[in-house]
Amino acid sequence: MSTPTTTATPATGIPRRGLLRRLLGHPLGGVSMIVLAVIVVVGVIAPWIAPHDPTETSLSMIFAEPGGEYLLGGDSAGRDIWSRLLIATAFSLAGGLLVMAVASLVGVTAGLVAGYYGGFVDAVGAWFTALTMSLPSIIVLIAARAVIGPSMWWTMAIFGLFISPVYYRVVYTSVRGVRNELYVDAARTSGLGDGRIIGRHVLLAVRAPVILLMSGVIAAGIGMQAGFDFLGLGDPTIPTWGQMLNEGFYNITRSSTLVMWPALALGITTVALTLLGTALRDELEGTSERRRSRKAPAWSLDEEVPAVVDHGGEDGAQPLLEVRDLAVAYQAGDGYSTVVKGGRLTVRRGETHGLIGESGSGKTQTAFSVLGLLPKGGKVMAGSIVFDGQELTGLTDAQMNRLRGTRIAYVPQEPMSNLDPSFTVGHQLTEPLVKAAGLSRTEAKERALALLDRVGIPDPQRAFGSYPHQLSGGMAQRVLIAGAVASHPDLLIADEPTTALDVTVQAEVLDLLRDLQDELGMAILIVTHNFGVVADICDRVSVMQQGVMVETGATGDVFDDPRHPYTRALFEAIPKGAPRVPLAGVTSAGMLGTGTLK
Amino acid sequence: MTDSLLTVDGLEVEYPGRGFRAQPFRAVKGVSFDIKPGETVGLVGESGSGKTTIGRAILGLAPVSAGTVTFKGEGISHPTKQRRRELTRDIQVVYQDPYSSLNPSLTIGDSLTEPMIVRKTPKREAQARVRELLDMVRLPSDAADRMPREFSGGQRQRVAIARALALDPTLIICDEPVSALDLSTQARVLELFLEIQERTGVAYLFISHDLAVVREMSHRVAVLLHGELVEWGDGDTVTSQPEHPYTQRLLLASPVPDPIAQEQRRADRLRLKQLHADQSLQAGAA
Repeated sequence: MSTPTTTATPATGIPRRGLLRRLLGHPLGGVSMIVLAVIVVVGVIAPWIAPHDPTETSLSMIFAEPGGEYLLGGDSAGRDIWSRLLIATAFSLAGGLLVMAVASLVGVTAGLVAGYYGGFVDAVGAWFTALTMSLPSIIVLIAARAVIGPSMWWTMAIFGLFISPVYYRVVYTSVRGVRNELYVDAARTSGLGDGRIIGRHVLLAVRAPVILLMSGVIAAGIGMQAGFDFLGLGDPTIPTWGQMLNEGFYNITRSSTLVMWPALALGITTVALTLLGTALRDELEGTSERRRSRKAPAWSLDEEVPAVVDHGGEDGAQPLLEVRDLAVAYQAGDGYSTVVKGGRLTVRRGETHGLIGESGSGKTQTAFSVLGLLPKGGKVMAGSIVFDGQELTGLTDAQMNRLRGTRIAYVPQEPMSNLDPSFTVGHQLTEPLVKAAGLSRTEAKERALALLDRVGIPDPQRAFGSYPHQLSGGMAQRVLIAGAVASHPDLLIADEPTTALDVTVQAEVLDLLRDLQDELGMAILIVTHNFGVVADICDRVSVMQQGVMVETGATGDVFDDPRHPYTRALFEAIPKGAPRVPLAGVTSAGMLGTGTLK
Repeated sequence: MTDSLLTVDGLEVEYPGRGFRAQPFRAVKGVSFDIKPGETVGLVGESGSGKTTIGRAILGLAPVSAGTVTFKGEGISHPTKQRRRELTRDIQVVYQDPYSSLNPSLTIGDSLTEPMIVRKTPKREAQARVRELLDMVRLPSDAADRMPREFSGGQRQRVAIARALALDPTLIICDEPVSALDLSTQARVLELFLEIQERTGVAYLFISHDLAVVREMSHRVAVLLHGELVEWGDGDTVTSQPEHPYTQRLLLASPVPDPIAQEQRRADRLRLKQLHADQSLQAGAA
């Protein structure tokens, strides 16, 4: 970037320094970086430390034993193997770097342009990629050698061109993703030109995958160079590991160590590069789990859980679901992050219980604990969950599976992502009826059609045969509700069931839940952040804040007399519906068509 | 009567259809409204109503197929690339998602200086402006050196607001700016919007699906349904005594956070629904 006002430099510099430090801390990364650093230093200073000229032949030293004047002995032409190995290091590395430079330059540039603008460049890029993927590169390199002669540099550059689609495809995909990010739109509305946007935002996003590919491409380049020279197609005046391999291979019967030295050098370099690539991926993509100790650390709740403000009003009847002193924690590093502390919840038969809170309040975690479906890493650490007299904590997956979908059902927040796009609605509804409830195919179909009709889908027959993408969000949610109530559950857990829906659809879905409850007598535990939803459908409500249940009671009581400061703060945050005073000078007469149009 | 800052007249936006000889998709159909200087106009509608597309059309990011957008007396529905970039000084935007509207690998300061880079503001001046902006949105001044991931959704949205304010615009398009936020955060961000308007006299086009939020924010409100403007007028009237059946339905479908009032509203909604069902039944029989 050329503008003097830019402050982008520290931003690109800081994460990279951090990356280097993290890499050195990574066991594989640290070792491979040190090995590679040694190899690079050796390659750079090779001309000065090589004891002999690598092309100098000496009749007396043909197949000389190691340890004499020649450290590793002499080869078939009486040249010093050690010196040749050192000088070859420089050439091999340079070859690999050339491949990487050409490949990344061509691939990244083309990927950026094709990904950002699409159209013609995109088509050409796709065609070139297909071409290089289908042509074996070694054949092209041999053909090129026939035309331009044995030049290592040209061979490597052409190979770089051939391997550039690796970069192209990765960059292209990342750019496609970034192009639709809001911050690119924001940059555009800040008045940045395309060049600036690419340089500033898009390039940053492709940085990680480009770095990730680097070591692999260098290794591929070195490997290709060795192979090419091993076949004897390389430049005979330049000592390379490939040439030495070739030489050693022909004379393997006379001196078996000849082939070993270049093979070792090649092996160590390639392995170090590959391991560096793995370490890079771990650090850049955060897949490393090495910090997690194998033995689970001890968990304890080190703080007092404040008492819940209880409005009372419960009868003495045995509740359907009773959660007591629930604690849910996720292992984080050497400790735990406890997301639910002292979760308390009582849901009676046939009631609708609202669980309300802001993000991070632990409301969804509490609901998932009841379902036994906590995300990976999450665990119920303490407390009890009693469902209809049965303790749920400590049940095996198989035991939970028998409860889930039959006695406890679930309606998710995102209807679309909870339907499999590759199966019809009918298939997804009948499958559990056949597998779990043991109905025959025809019975299951009849039952599913009746359910679809019941949840208010206008043309059940058509919905039965359609795929999820053919349904609207509201319809998809109805389908999921149909599936959830198919087994006449005692408890329906709905996690923000209307958050993804439009308000008019939300009202209808809430109506449906209410009607189904009247009909089936099931209890509903509804997780939400919307007080309007609670006011509409819930008999009782529990308020959560940062993993702690702060207030519970009948909906009317809590709304009339919120006692906990947090509940009060929440109520105050609700838009009061006070309209704004019309702007001076803007009268109704001055408007462009007041009232209803059309 | 004051002159309008922005006038949208008969706006139509058409996206080309996908595939061979596909019909183009008309996202906005003949929408007209205007915004006065310092005014907030609310744009309400459900998904697919075209409310976001209208905002994008004003920013020059959506293909306008008919109608005009006039800003300070100048037609801007088909600006040149150069002109569109100049217009960004006057018209800015705050997006819904505070998580993807800031580049995760740039510091807050970098994101904020971005609009100033283009204007070639001297570095020292830009830094001073960043501090001023952070102060305006009630963020600590050391926030400039930190990365977006260190901030909560509400704080990020404050940064996005600060970025929109960087060039002293006269109009900010707010595209569902609080929908992704928690209730208490939402209230504070809305307050900030009002406060900034009082201080700077900026006008807002406030796009939202939430009638209650729009009511609190807007002087005048426009209601959209399937790309058409169905109701337009004084904010209080449109959001409390709407005339159009769709707005009535929308109002009655938004639950009120009061069990007793909500029961009443639900009964009203079901009655209205029954009424419409009867009407269409009669119409069918006739």
